Amino acid sequence: MLDRVTTVENAVRQYVQSAQTIMVGGFGRGGVPFTTVKFIADHANEYRNLTLIKNDANEPGIGIDALFRQGQVNRLIATHIGLNPEFIRRMNDGEVECELIPQGIFAEKIRAGGAGIPAILTDIGLGTEVEAGKRKFELNGRTLLVEEALRGDVALIRADRADRAGNAWWRGSNRNMCVVMGTACKRVIVEANEIVDVGTLTPENIHLPSVFVDAVVPAGPLPHGDANAA
Amino acid sequence: MPRELTVNERTLLARAAREVRHGMVVNLGIGLPQFLPGYIPDGVDVSFHSENGFVGMGKGDIEGTPDSDVIDAGGRACQVVKGAAFFDSLMSFAIVRGGNLDLAVLGAFEVGVNGDLANWKIPGKLTPGMGGGMELAQKANHVLVISHHLDKRGRGKLVGQCSLPLTAPKCVGTLVTERAVFRRLEGRMTLVSAHPDHGKNGALEGIDADVPVADSLENWEGAK
Repeated sequence: MLDRVTTVENAVRQYVQSAQTIMVGGFGRGGVPFTTVKFIADHANEYRNLTLIKNDANEPGIGIDALFRQGQVNRLIATHIGLNPEFIRRMNDGEVECELIPQGIFAEKIRAGGAGIPAILTDIGLGTEVEAGKRKFELNGRTLLVEEALRGDVALIRADRADRAGNAWWRGSNRNMCVVMGTACKRVIVEANEIVDVGTLTPENIHLPSVFVDAVVPAGPLPHGDANAA
Repeated sequence: MPRELTVNERTLLARAAREVRHGMVVNLGIGLPQFLPGYIPDGVDVSFHSENGFVGMGKGDIEGTPDSDVIDAGGRACQVVKGAAFFDSLMSFAIVRGGNLDLAVLGAFEVGVNGDLANWKIPGKLTPGMGGGMELAQKANHVLVISHHLDKRGRGKLVGQCSLPLTAPKCVGTLVTERAVFRRLEGRMTLVSAHPDHGKNGALEGIDADVPVADSLENWEGAK
């Protein structure tokens, strides 16, 4: 069995580059790869002109917020940015582009990207701004929106437990976008709270199979310690 | 985020909670709707769906010990009840779009008399984003909007036509404010109940639109 465990530094230096499209897991704080993101933020000059695909913009001072503050991101594709008023200001001031997509369709576009499906058809967003610039398709008398698949160069995700091969498992509500993002990128870095030997995880309970994973790295402590304080 | 609720907020939450029926699967939007569980009467058991990935959310800070790996869609640590299920975002929205969500409780910037909802964008100013709101508004079996009756400038949240970008057209089933309950009947948000302190006139105050009024208003406290 392959052993994919490495350091955050090695994984990022091997797989992450400027101008890439990077999917970042997490919803709120659960599943956010804080350690990997911090390495990229700490080496701001080496990783620039990024396109990020992430559910939300985190909160000011947390997670990917540093990447916006340091001007490392040109564009964010997201569903909700309401918990980061500083990001909203940057977007309104034109410092960073932002495309907002309905959350479940965001997930399905990524799923399509991972599953080899070029686009999906949906009625979500009809009669709203979400229609703008999108092709429409007539199916059985209904007008539907064509939502193209999303793929990325690299996925950065945080699991609660991963084995050394990369099989990964999430606790509670931490799974969110992580699993589907892990299927939709050329390279996948799993940051794990706990790294266990191969054979430790129950095969039936594995959420992301190791076939998708390129690197397993140890997660550092959460930025705010106990998230109960959130 | 924990905060003190105003008298008006407590009034509208208590009234809105009576729209929740035993056995429903319910999603709560970010903001005021997150406070709704504390107002649901004993004996009305519902399954709370949290779009970031579970059904069976406990009643927040009301019972149990929050778990930092179990957060609601607004980022608050909460906990689950027995029988809960965790899943990813794909499953979460299959529940919503597939028609398995009985009730979505959402906030609003504006509600149109035709049931249009605007709650995700004030261009150039506040753009929280739609999150899961478009799917919730479009696909929940019933959409309950809870909101202050008036905006900060004293204008009714119920408007003749929404001026802000829509979350979804013609989706609101019920609007509950601290003064009034409106239901979409024959395609129009119709006044069906008024808080006794405000009466019919107070329930229509600030609303610059032609709002139908039901022939007989429901008792604010519920069926007599």
